[in-house]
Amino acid sequence: METRQIGRPVTRNEDPRLLTGRALFVDDVELPGLLHAAFLRSPHARARILSIDTAAAKARAGVVAVITAEDLGDYWQPGPLLVPPPPIKGMTFRQRCQVPLAKGEVRHVGEPVVMVVAESRYVAEDAVGDIEVEYEALPPVIALEAALSPESPRVHADLPDNIAAEVRQTKGDYAAARAKAAHIIRRRFTYDRGASNPMETRGIVADWDHKAEKLTVWDTTQAPVFIRNGLAAMLGLSERQVRVVAPFIGGGFGPKMMMFYPEEVLVPWIALRLDRPVKWIEDRLEHFCATTQERSQIHEAELALDGAGKILGVRDAFLMDTGAYNPYGLTVPLNSQCTLLNCYDVPAYDSTFRAIYTNRTLVTPYRGAGRQHGIFVMERLLDAAARELGLDRAEIRRRNLIPASAFPYHNEVIYQDFAPLTYDSGNYAPILDKALDAIGHAGFAAEKAAARAEGRHLGLGIVCYVEGTGIGPYEGARVRVQASGKVTMATGVGTQGQGHFTAFAQVVAEQLGVDVRDVEVTTGDTDVFDWGAGTFASRGAVVTGSAAHGAAVEVRAKILRTAAEHFECAEADLVVEGGAVSLAGVPEKRITLGALAGLANPMRGAVKPGTVPGLEATSYFGPQMGATAAGAHAMVIEVDPRTMQIRVLRYVVVHDCGTVLNPLILAGQVQGGVAQGIGNAFFEQLAWTEDGQLLNASLADYLLPTALDVPRMDVLHTETPSPLNPLGTKGAGEGGAIPVGALYAQAIEDALDLPARGIEIAEIPLSPSRLWEICNPSA
Amino acid sequence: MKPAPFDWHAPDSVAEALALKAQHGEAARFLAGGQSLVPAMNFRVSQPAVLVDLNRVGLEAIEAGTDGSLTIGAMARYVAIERHAGAAGSHPILTEALREVAHPQIRNRGTLGGNLSHADPASEMPAVMLALNARLRLRSARGMREVAAADFFVGPLTTALAADEMLEAIHLPALPARTGTAWLEIARRRGDYAMMGVAAVISRDAAGRCIGARIACCSAGPTPMAAPLAAAALVGTMLSDADLDAAAEAVRKEVAPTGSVQASPAYQRHLAGVIAQRALLMARERAA
Amino acid sequence: MTRPLQVTIRINGSDYTREVEPRLLLSDFIRHEAGLTGTHVGCEHGVCGACTIRLDGAPVRSCLVFAVQAQGHDVRTVESLGEPGSLSVLQQAFRDAHGLQCGYCTPGILMTVSAFLEENADPSEEAVRHALSGNLCRCTGYQGIVDAVLLAARRMRGA
Repeated sequence: METRQIGRPVTRNEDPRLLTGRALFVDDVELPGLLHAAFLRSPHARARILSIDTAAAKARAGVVAVITAEDLGDYWQPGPLLVPPPPIKGMTFRQRCQVPLAKGEVRHVGEPVVMVVAESRYVAEDAVGDIEVEYEALPPVIALEAALSPESPRVHADLPDNIAAEVRQTKGDYAAARAKAAHIIRRRFTYDRGASNPMETRGIVADWDHKAEKLTVWDTTQAPVFIRNGLAAMLGLSERQVRVVAPFIGGGFGPKMMMFYPEEVLVPWIALRLDRPVKWIEDRLEHFCATTQERSQIHEAELALDGAGKILGVRDAFLMDTGAYNPYGLTVPLNSQCTLLNCYDVPAYDSTFRAIYTNRTLVTPYRGAGRQHGIFVMERLLDAAARELGLDRAEIRRRNLIPASAFPYHNEVIYQDFAPLTYDSGNYAPILDKALDAIGHAGFAAEKAAARAEGRHLGLGIVCYVEGTGIGPYEGARVRVQASGKVTMATGVGTQGQGHFTAFAQVVAEQLGVDVRDVEVTTGDTDVFDWGAGTFASRGAVVTGSAAHGAAVEVRAKILRTAAEHFECAEADLVVEGGAVSLAGVPEKRITLGALAGLANPMRGAVKPGTVPGLEATSYFGPQMGATAAGAHAMVIEVDPRTMQIRVLRYVVVHDCGTVLNPLILAGQVQGGVAQGIGNAFFEQLAWTEDGQLLNASLADYLLPTALDVPRMDVLHTETPSPLNPLGTKGAGEGGAIPVGALYAQAIEDALDLPARGIEIAEIPLSPSRLWEICNPSA
Repeated sequence: MKPAPFDWHAPDSVAEALALKAQHGEAARFLAGGQSLVPAMNFRVSQPAVLVDLNRVGLEAIEAGTDGSLTIGAMARYVAIERHAGAAGSHPILTEALREVAHPQIRNRGTLGGNLSHADPASEMPAVMLALNARLRLRSARGMREVAAADFFVGPLTTALAADEMLEAIHLPALPARTGTAWLEIARRRGDYAMMGVAAVISRDAAGRCIGARIACCSAGPTPMAAPLAAAALVGTMLSDADLDAAAEAVRKEVAPTGSVQASPAYQRHLAGVIAQRALLMARERAA
Repeated sequence: MTRPLQVTIRINGSDYTREVEPRLLLSDFIRHEAGLTGTHVGCEHGVCGACTIRLDGAPVRSCLVFAVQAQGHDVRTVESLGEPGSLSVLQQAFRDAHGLQCGYCTPGILMTVSAFLEENADPSEEAVRHALSGNLCRCTGYQGIVDAVLLAARRMRGA
């Protein structure tokens, strides 16, 4: 290759627009005659709707429509099952998907009951206040274990109990492993809920052009193609008649996937009916109850080890809160179940989970998507085992790492990608060593003792993780050289800050020998490209990147073929570089890509049989299975033992995601992931009352970490290419967030010498207040 | 989240503002910096029919008295107080505590008078006012009266202001010579409402004996909470470490925290003792 | 519906005259009346900082000011800083240091930082983090933002 673009820290193509306020976000869409929607939402976690009186709202000046479930007629349908569960033998799965507007019963606070459309959002909110709904409050299902009791109320009255799913997966023979174990470590762990809180909330604008008979929808979705196809089907339109645009999106993190949220299906419907454009922008209060969340799980786990600290097997049973509906199937609990095995050689595994319906907001994947729970359980078990065996924390991990010679490594249990979990490639020991070295593990005991002599409490944490990434089904890309010489690349995924306009441009530029700035990337516009799945599961770089690579390779071949004909030479004699093709050693024999594109678009008389015009190619890539990235995080903290305030003194990430496309963007992904992990570990916890009310539904009370709460971190890499794609890359979007809870728990225990006091940390999120309670159980 | 409708008046004088408030009574709210009221209105928790906007009436002056006292107009913005050289000299605890109030973007707009009238028991300034023994000047069309800070805060978000009355100015008496002050708080994040905050004011005589002490806490009960027993216990002592420890323990017992999403009442009470001890240490050093 | 008022607000040097309800937030006026959509709205309760603008030079939350209150005052938004083809020193530093990902919080951060750097030519990292603590970013973990501010300060000093 003449010029390497892959691997360079190229600054981003998208930044100038974003930095100057010129980038289009959904709420920036303004249309003549635009109407605004607002929703009346349930104030109860569970209640029967006795009556709805919308007369006053309808009478208010400026109100155009007031819609209840009854008004929807046949359009009232439960949403689609977005991700059907993989076929696992013996499993139970009971699907109940969310409805556009509640009918008869409300099942969580914030569930939409009435939609109002008015001339302004202000008036729409006024009208929401005019609506009278009579509810009969019912006892809600909130706590997971109580939800299993036969006396518990049921979230869905037509189901025999609150169990949404039950799945058991095994590998090897755990009973036999346990029987020969020298040590059994048994613990209970809890992991509580958080909210994704992208800085941009959700939003949707729908515009029906009755002359063109075309619906255009601007949507804060991570998966515009799914939404286009789904909306066309629901609305009885052809796919050609629906264009979904996911413009710049202000952060996604999972909950903006192809959710078919109630608002997402109602706003296009009402725009069609009214023949006027309609906008709905979620406010922050709505976001806290109406956008999906993640994380409540309770694990009862057991680790069997031999006398040398080698893992013989793991048994785990966990409950998972799936909220009031489960449109996303089993993705989150399967991730927990599979990721628990982590980077270790675990010969026997017996894991059962039950997903539980509760009267809380829906649970769907949010950055990490269940992986952090599994890592938390395994890493905590290993910490306890290390103490019991008198081993160093790092040593017990090292003894159990899957050796580099063992890849591909088969974990056998079925993963969210429907395939038996197989780690494609990896080399874990160097990751651990690098992290230990960078954090100063060898000298830490002395450092800790010296600090303690001054009355300061330092603690070190070191944890390992894996990150399943780059799953299917597939993505596509179309690459074209324009007559101007500039290159376009289009794909179906949406973009929410991952640097797609740059990383994909690098992949294309590398093949076509053009400047990265001359590759114009389009994402998230179904009129430009409408095959693919979306941006989630750390798959963009792997799957779309590989598709872009494939398309660029084909275009390169066309360039060479066309140029060889033009110069009447062999392709091998050509050099593609600097936006032109030249004959090696004969620089005056040079033609620009733009001119070649002209030759490839033949005029009358120049067309031969079989001619396909254009320097253009479309390529698709579907991996046979997901690629598994890995890493280790280490940190040194100082804890004030009286106030339980924590200061992070050093933070190290060592990450292996195969081939690095752009180290600048990769570092940003990792750092941002760690910041969300820190939020999850020590700042962010949704606080619910027993009757299902959220107590901290604002950014003043739900604490996103600030610039003072996230430390500077060293991000280091190892590179073990994946054999599953032509770039050798693996995803990196979620890795930063995954191990942080386990890391905090371990470092805090270390700083406060908690195990010596008989105290262990078995829960996330933590807070100073909670930590003080844990350390002072009698207070 | 958009506010409910209201009528807006932006009078040019205090007299006009008071007349409007008298006319509309409880239906009207004064709008000062708006950094607490507008969020409440955006959430529609607060839906006043009339807003009397004070941003054009003046009342922004900050005057340092020759005796070391300080008089602050109710509409003085935090940023102006924070940057006022006289205030930093005469009442350094004010500057110290102001730096913990939210963030610069809020302090550029928020006012001391608005904050005190809002009377959030988790807010820093009411506690500082108690510790500084502030006198608050209240005015209505009926006339002017002055109340001590201790009498101004009567409950959560509730003050001694009558429906037709506004806070006009805050008077901070001079601190005696050899007085040390300190504000210390623990919040979850910088700029958040504190889980516990302590204002400590200690005066010593030439021999180093404590001749006066005032302690007040935020997030410690339904109003800003003074700790008079703890303060009284310090007077007459030489302010040894043990004296401060005893006072801090007394603070821990005197506060009545109610808990929040971020902190249990027991943890808050524990923090009160820890922070009081640290704040008293700082104040003692500064009283030298 | 309360009595609409005519208001003229100067934004980035241009006057915008509109009839508005008193309750219209300044953030909505800037975005939807003046059409300057670079100012973003993230929470409408004054915490996230995305809507930060400069009012008479001072960074404030535009979601906590009513548009009618801005009559006679000078408003500056992100659109005043630079153009895509000619980024300001501050904007260029954000690009060079990867100080943004989704870019939603970025305009508010730029308005906060532009004021901060006018008063702090050579800030420490700690001071920069304090200055940024009133603006939430969910993507970057702040490291790129902190580096961008330090880089911009260095370039502005000519160092």
